[in-house]
Amino acid sequence: MSAVLTAKDFATSQEVRWCPGCGDYAILKAVTKTLAEVGARPESTAFISGIGCAARFPYYVETYGFHTIHGRAPAIATGLKLANPDIDVWVVTGDGDSLSIGGNHLMHVLRRNVGLKILLFNNEIYGLTKGQYSPTSRAGTRSPSSPDGSVAAPVSPGQFALGAGSRFFARAIDTDKVGLGDVLKEAHAFQGAALTEIFQNCIVYNEDVFGDFTDKKTAADTQLRLKQGEPMLFGADNEKGIRFNPDNFSLEIIDAKASPDQVLRHDETNKVVAGMLVELKAPVALGVIYKNPADSFEKSWYAARKNGLKRSRRVADVLRSSNTWTVT
Amino acid sequence: MSDYKTMDSIVVRLAGDSGDGVQLMGSQFIASTALSGKDFATFPDYPAEIRAPAGTTYGVSAYQMNLGANPITTAGDTPDVLVAFNPAALKVSLPMLEKGALLIVNNDSFTTRNLIKAGYEKDPRETGELDSYQLISVDIGHLNLEAVKPFGLSKSDGGRCKNFWALGLLMWMFDRDLSPIENWINQKFAKNEVVKDANLTALHAGHAYGETAELSEALPRFNVSTAELPAGEYRGITGAEALSLGLAAAGELADRPVLFCSYPITPASPLLHRLARFGELGVGTFQAEDEIAAICAAIGASYGGVIGVTSSSGPGIALKTEAMGLAVNAEIPLVIVNSQRGGPSTGLPTKTEQSDLYQAVYGRNADTPIPVIAAKSAGDCFFAAIEAVRIALRHMTPVILLSDGYLSNAAEPWLIPDMNEIEPISTNAAPMPDDSRDTQGMAFDRDAETLGRPWITPGMPELMHRLGGLEKDIDTGHISYDPENHQRMTDMRADKVESVAKFIPDQTIEVGPNEGELLVIGWGSTYGPIYQAMQEIRRSHRNVSYTHLRHLFPFPSNLGEMIGRFNQVLVPEMNMGQLSTVLRDRLGADPTPLCKVTGQPFLISELVEKIRAMLPPVVVAASETAAKGKAQ
Repeated sequence: MSAVLTAKDFATSQEVRWCPGCGDYAILKAVTKTLAEVGARPESTAFISGIGCAARFPYYVETYGFHTIHGRAPAIATGLKLANPDIDVWVVTGDGDSLSIGGNHLMHVLRRNVGLKILLFNNEIYGLTKGQYSPTSRAGTRSPSSPDGSVAAPVSPGQFALGAGSRFFARAIDTDKVGLGDVLKEAHAFQGAALTEIFQNCIVYNEDVFGDFTDKKTAADTQLRLKQGEPMLFGADNEKGIRFNPDNFSLEIIDAKASPDQVLRHDETNKVVAGMLVELKAPVALGVIYKNPADSFEKSWYAARKNGLKRSRRVADVLRSSNTWTVT
Repeated sequence: MSDYKTMDSIVVRLAGDSGDGVQLMGSQFIASTALSGKDFATFPDYPAEIRAPAGTTYGVSAYQMNLGANPITTAGDTPDVLVAFNPAALKVSLPMLEKGALLIVNNDSFTTRNLIKAGYEKDPRETGELDSYQLISVDIGHLNLEAVKPFGLSKSDGGRCKNFWALGLLMWMFDRDLSPIENWINQKFAKNEVVKDANLTALHAGHAYGETAELSEALPRFNVSTAELPAGEYRGITGAEALSLGLAAAGELADRPVLFCSYPITPASPLLHRLARFGELGVGTFQAEDEIAAICAAIGASYGGVIGVTSSSGPGIALKTEAMGLAVNAEIPLVIVNSQRGGPSTGLPTKTEQSDLYQAVYGRNADTPIPVIAAKSAGDCFFAAIEAVRIALRHMTPVILLSDGYLSNAAEPWLIPDMNEIEPISTNAAPMPDDSRDTQGMAFDRDAETLGRPWITPGMPELMHRLGGLEKDIDTGHISYDPENHQRMTDMRADKVESVAKFIPDQTIEVGPNEGELLVIGWGSTYGPIYQAMQEIRRSHRNVSYTHLRHLFPFPSNLGEMIGRFNQVLVPEMNMGQLSTVLRDRLGADPTPLCKVTGQPFLISELVEKIRAMLPPVVVAASETAAKGKAQ
């Protein structure tokens, strides 16, 4: 029963049908590898998705899986989590699915802190419907539905999550095996709603939209890899650091060698700094940006009930609990 | 007892501002009515505004009740007694009264300002327009304030006790024991000694007023006949209570927990409120962020092995439509309760209608059949809820249960059912793991008779599979875009819902002969008025029958044949003829619709009039008619 499983044991017989070169392949690999590494049991794991390219994910994982309707996966996952809190529930979603049509549900699972591991595949475009601009597309994005460039400002998943009261927000790049794997393990261990934004490269409709910081050649200077308690350093020789500037309440880059004491140490529980980190453009902050555990929704929900969902009284008894009278 | 007026049944209407506590007064009076062994039916009729501007006609909240010997199945057409707390309440209610009715009006409220607000140019007490009624003016406001003065309440707080003062008076008129109400006040206001004592004092003061006031000679007292109900233990129940208890009972009968996921909406919210207190019965509630999340969470719950239920009213049900399609496609059990209200759009949130039948039967994209059933009375909501869960679990399908605003709030005496006599609900058990088979296919091994698939839920080892809204192969359960397969799956979904009919008992005639001139077909909450109308019409006309439908989709198998035995069919419904359409569509019947969409239930008189018009003139002798009058 509890034989050690490998990533392969979590693969289904289904042919994977994403576009060749799609970032989703790498994410799928990282997820199945993580499941094996954390010792997940297939029968106690469920993947719930909405609609979009990312939403095909459950078909490819040998666990329980439910490919539902557009934007609603968090709500369906909430019902499942209340029905059976012992199930490890993963929600797989995209930027359109979670931040446009399903924005309301994402907001509420985050603020309720429902124990879901939410993987937000952000590619800043609608892929499955053939390339329209999405809620995370930058202003000016040219697409079939915005031939002259989109005009609206994008939503920031990090700001959205923190604003909604999320207690876990992390970031990773699709092809970054180590960084993504680390974040997935953290998400898996988290007891409440864990939102992970994965920068996913849509090679057909939005290729290299994140190239400015995902390119491995320049990664050392464009990525800030956060580690709890460690100083925020980057650059080929960790020569650059992040400092909090109290004059204008912002983060700035300093010479870490010259002023090592000025470099901020990462405190996952600091929401104010997290708010600044998610807005950082160069470098882009990766890893667990904010983690501040509290009781999960399902834990509180069950704690408020004497016997969980078990019956401790018969209906026949309650039928007679108001004033009754007998006719002879 | 010689000063008592003995009556077979009596209709009492209480009317006042929405803040006057009329609903509370009515429900407390009914509780005492129940304990005194009368049959009853009630109709709370309240505005959409929580506290509409005081004194206006549109802010009038009313509670009408019919009590007496059985069968009482409606709140009555015309009140015999009206208690009006202000001129607006009088103005709104007066057209409903027959001449000679007893009017008890709150004198203090007949100020110039209130008269203007009610639209009276002159005080109706002085113009002679009330001469044909038995008018009793009582200074309810003033007398109540005098009574509660010792408690030092502010004028407005003290004034809030006046419903109990008036209730005390009413209790005296009907010779009722005050103790059940005293008990209720003691419990309800246990944490606020002053308010508790003030209300008790007001109640007793009103009662004493009846006893001692100089007016007492003019104040009639009523001795209402006791009902001859079948023997057994009874309680009073509203539709919302019965439906909640029914869902909990279904969980017990199926030995599964129930998760009720809902978003607040009038008039469906009372279900959420009731069920939130049923934790001990294995019921959980989840107040979702919106209607869509509510049904989706219920689907998630059912996916997880718990009985998922969602509830709303028409506009909210519309939002749930896409998710219903998912439940159909993924073959997930689910109950969707619709407490119907007047529409379209926001429409008449607090008024009743039966206009969501099309929505239930036809209202989804694609060929997405869902079984539809309806409750006929407050107490029947209990059994309808059990039936809905039974169908959902047997066929692994969503089921729509139609109630309405009238049923939710209406109260009646209810013979408490014996849970041991209700058949347990069986679920489609998960199979044993089988290494030789693809688990995906095992999840869709459908029962040959019900087409229900096994209820395999996350947590079960070696049975992992994937569900979804995409079309799947009829055998393997894997995604399929095969054209022939889609036809077969569409047929299967239709056959599954049609198969429900195999488990429905034959439709029976409720009243009247099995064949003949006219068959009246009812559904839902029109049961009360139609039943009462049938009692009346059959005193003079024998050639008319009545049947009432629980199952609206699919219909009972013998319904078409039953309809064929009658020359005419009449379908009274609170919409523009929706059941008539479905009967034409499904059975090729040609019914005559009797439609009413005023937000109010049918009056018995309007049903009697229509039925009479459809029947040939009576030829029986008058004496024979009278003799048969009491028989069915």
